[in-house]
Amino acid sequence: MSVTNATDENVTVQRRLELAESPLARLQRMIEIRLVEDRIQDLFAQGLIPGTTHTSQGQEAVAVALGAATRPTDIVCCTYRGHGVALSLGILPESVLGEVLGRQIGCMGGLGGSMHLSDPAIGLLPTFAIVGAGVPVAVGAALQFATLKNDGVAVSVFGDGSTNIGGFHEGLNLAAVWNLPAVFLCENNLYGEYSPIATTTAVTDIALRATSYGMVADTVDGQDVDAMYESIRNAVDRARGGGGPTLIEAKTYRYAGHSRSDKAPYRPDGELDAWMKRDPIDFYATKLAANGELDGRTLDEIRDEQRSFVDDAAAAAVASPSGSIAQMFAHVLAPSGH
Amino acid sequence: MRMRMNQAITRAIADEMEQDPRVVVFGEDVAVAEGPFKTSEGLLTTFGPDRVRDTPISETGFLGAAVGAAMTGLRPVTEIMFIEFLGVAFDQVVTEAALMHYLSAGRFNVPMVVRASAGSGLGFGCQHSQTLERWMLGTPGLKLAVASGARTAYGLTRAAIRDNNPVVLLEPRALYGEREDVEPGEASIIELGTSESLRDGTDVTVVALGQTVHVALAAEAAASWSGEVIDLRSLMPWDKEAIVASAKRTGRLVIVEENQFTGGWGTEIASFVSSAAFGDMKAPVVRVTAPDVPVPFGQELEKRFLPSPEYVVQQVDELLATNSAPAPWWKEFA
Repeated sequence: MSVTNATDENVTVQRRLELAESPLARLQRMIEIRLVEDRIQDLFAQGLIPGTTHTSQGQEAVAVALGAATRPTDIVCCTYRGHGVALSLGILPESVLGEVLGRQIGCMGGLGGSMHLSDPAIGLLPTFAIVGAGVPVAVGAALQFATLKNDGVAVSVFGDGSTNIGGFHEGLNLAAVWNLPAVFLCENNLYGEYSPIATTTAVTDIALRATSYGMVADTVDGQDVDAMYESIRNAVDRARGGGGPTLIEAKTYRYAGHSRSDKAPYRPDGELDAWMKRDPIDFYATKLAANGELDGRTLDEIRDEQRSFVDDAAAAAVASPSGSIAQMFAHVLAPSGH
Repeated sequence: MRMRMNQAITRAIADEMEQDPRVVVFGEDVAVAEGPFKTSEGLLTTFGPDRVRDTPISETGFLGAAVGAAMTGLRPVTEIMFIEFLGVAFDQVVTEAALMHYLSAGRFNVPMVVRASAGSGLGFGCQHSQTLERWMLGTPGLKLAVASGARTAYGLTRAAIRDNNPVVLLEPRALYGEREDVEPGEASIIELGTSESLRDGTDVTVVALGQTVHVALAAEAAASWSGEVIDLRSLMPWDKEAIVASAKRTGRLVIVEENQFTGGWGTEIASFVSSAAFGDMKAPVVRVTAPDVPVPFGQELEKRFLPSPEYVVQQVDELLATNSAPAPWWKEFA
């Protein structure tokens, strides 16, 4: 696939591989994701971003564990709440911020926007803006791996809200009946758009649904990046080894509302504070510091480095021009032939 | 009474709910949160949880439920947050709802409304910015109307709820916050299938729909030509009589559409009028549309996608000067 401004593949792949190798890199990436999404909210407040955006502050551990536990050659189908996953898988902050701003530096040249992030070099299909749409698509990617006897794995990332739509059930059943190398990773953040999960979902422990498809399930603390890594790694290894699909339920929380305009008035008092006390970044930083894994630096120093990295990325994104008219017409149909 | 389009829609639903206990409302976040676009503000408080319900994100589930409820005695008003979301539940609208009256030899009616926000202009990207009238066009058993502001939204919503057929009602998302004068009441109900002439003119008939009504009006106001600007309002059925009569009067027809050129709603109008008024036309029918591309995200490109008033003026100028159809702006790209 050719994209107007694709980043050097080596850079994104290298960013991905760092996560598998280094706990410190995982902490840095979680901080990076938080800072990029905070920056997106700032840019919105400045009136620089059209439309809407869906941020995932509080869910960084799930995204980073996914990047660490999978290979760049695996396939990931994610939702419109995908900045964290895109960054974790290796896309650079300037490509994410640029896309959100609609600029040429964006990973889709500014034609996609916040809800449509992608980079084939690290296996991220364009993120899905229709709830549940990515689940059966991931099944198809897994089918490809099985058919071509490749040892790749396809991961579908979705929210609890997606589990009430037909595509979810049809996708999980298909993956189970065909014993495909797929992992279904549910970020249960307790809200589907503006609705608390219990008002829309009869069984609020999503992992229980795996029983309906004869599928292995795991329920994980989504705020603990190590626990998430362990769970995803097990599921991915099982899939790669021919053991079939797994449904993972990450118990997590989104600090922001559903989208830009949502102030989340539906949340009970104190709920957000309680979850912020279990912040995945603070939790992991404390753990690494205690284990002496901060590479001789203080947490503040690490945060400052990431802030400076994201500042530079934001400056590059803001300075990038808008897409040209010709780009509107560039990729409507694939070239003829094969 | 001055009101925003989302307030006019809420008022129309409330007025019908007041009069008819069979009218119920459901959709995603329409009850407690009062609608993602605030098109159901106060309905839960006024009419209670039996009649105003939040659904899961389950379009097939709740549209199918609307079909069943409508066939057996309720009059459901459902909300599809973005018209694209209808895609996951299309069966229930075009294959179930639309055909139940026919399949029961007229013994069952399906009096349900599918309201959906539609259109470009707000930076929602290509999966949340289309109008998609053409998905429904040509489906027997279905009615389809498009609001162009608070006043038509009020009138069409009430008519849709009263209709004994399934009606899809599209609401241009960019207009929810725009204010117009609305006089709530029976007299403001707009019969489905009727159009409205908004500006008299002699040189050309300009037919528009939804968001492009404002584009056409702005173009006419700025132009040197005199155009009869007509808000089509309904697509199934559409007001053949009024459009053909106007085209015969002016001898020229320009259709301003938000959708892409290929297969856009204007193809039906253009085809019909070309046949019905052929002898009276001074020039070919012209469709002013978006290019055959997805709706781009970046602000400048998205603005370019929707026909602008300046572009409409330029196209009509050229039509009047040459009596032949002008090339579209994107001819160099596609």
